[in-house]
Amino acid sequence: MKTLTLILLTMFFGAVFTTADKTGYQVGDYAMDFKLKNVDGEMVSLSDYSEAKGFILAFTCNTCPYAVLYEQRIIDLHESFASKGFPVIAINPNDPIKQPGDSFEEMKTRATDKNYPFPYLVDDTQEITRSYGATNTPHMYVLKNVNDKYQVMYIGAIDNNPKEPENVTKTYIVDAINAVLNKKDVPVKATKAIGCTIKWKSA
Amino acid sequence: MTMKLSVIVIATILHFSNLILAQNVRVIDVVTLEKILNESNSDTRVVNFWATWCKPCIEELPYFEALRDNPLFNEVEVILISLDFVSDLDSRVNRFVEKQNIQSTVMLLDDTDYNSWINKIEQSWSGAIPATMFIQGETGKRIFFEKQFEPGELENELTNFIKH
Repeated sequence: MKTLTLILLTMFFGAVFTTADKTGYQVGDYAMDFKLKNVDGEMVSLSDYSEAKGFILAFTCNTCPYAVLYEQRIIDLHESFASKGFPVIAINPNDPIKQPGDSFEEMKTRATDKNYPFPYLVDDTQEITRSYGATNTPHMYVLKNVNDKYQVMYIGAIDNNPKEPENVTKTYIVDAINAVLNKKDVPVKATKAIGCTIKWKSA
Repeated sequence: MTMKLSVIVIATILHFSNLILAQNVRVIDVVTLEKILNESNSDTRVVNFWATWCKPCIEELPYFEALRDNPLFNEVEVILISLDFVSDLDSRVNRFVEKQNIQSTVMLLDDTDYNSWINKIEQSWSGAIPATMFIQGETGKRIFFEKQFEPGELENELTNFIKH
């Protein structure tokens, strides 16, 4: 029954959004779960985390200079918030044919080299990336677990200074999660950021 | 007397070094960019947002440069706005402009608080680059493309824009 509802909901939302130029989730929407392959070969879904209060979903990659600049900050977010119920899940959305540096082998190497404490998943068909509506890397989604449905609480950038972490004045993700943890309204719900376009597969 | 001479010598060297370089990329802020976009002269402006680290941006730059060789686009001003970090101005941007002999005006937008200004430029823009804006100075008519242009596409779109 749950699966049928999910399928019907996906079909409905899919139909509604195909006509629009910008597809993807808005803040407040319930996001779909997925089953994507991790660098260790295992499949990972949001539903695997029965204890999680939510998630920090990071559409990110190996190759984009912005993703590289934010890599440590994504690791830091996991270290700060996993124990509070908000682990990071990283998803690489790029087409490895267009961007060989983002191949599965390269993802494995990076995750090992940098000791990623979170899963680094590959979105083979780019279907999840399209559903979520990610456009650049890195592109972040904070999800809240609401009775095992995943509500989008924040979409966008990590903070307001990619190049100089020491000069960051707006910590969007940190503020969003702290607001959710304290049952307060998320102050800045969505932000935009310059970044590398996601490398979409050719038709 | 020696001090004055030194100043003249240094000034002369700087002046000539300016002539040797293709162009010195000017660093601008968002206020200046908005002024450029809102200028109400009669020229059509093609403003392209790019960066040296953005591969699709580099791939389409030749199409923008080619506009100046096309008599159809004599009244078109091309401005290339780099979103490179200002710390990379010389090592990456000026170097690239010189090596590629970029003739179009290049400016570097120095403001990394992206969320504070992206919507001021274009509401529909997600922030992904490359992105291009056509502006009709007189009427203020604008059209925004958040995409990489295929060969011939830039000219087709620009021709349509100028005609209508």
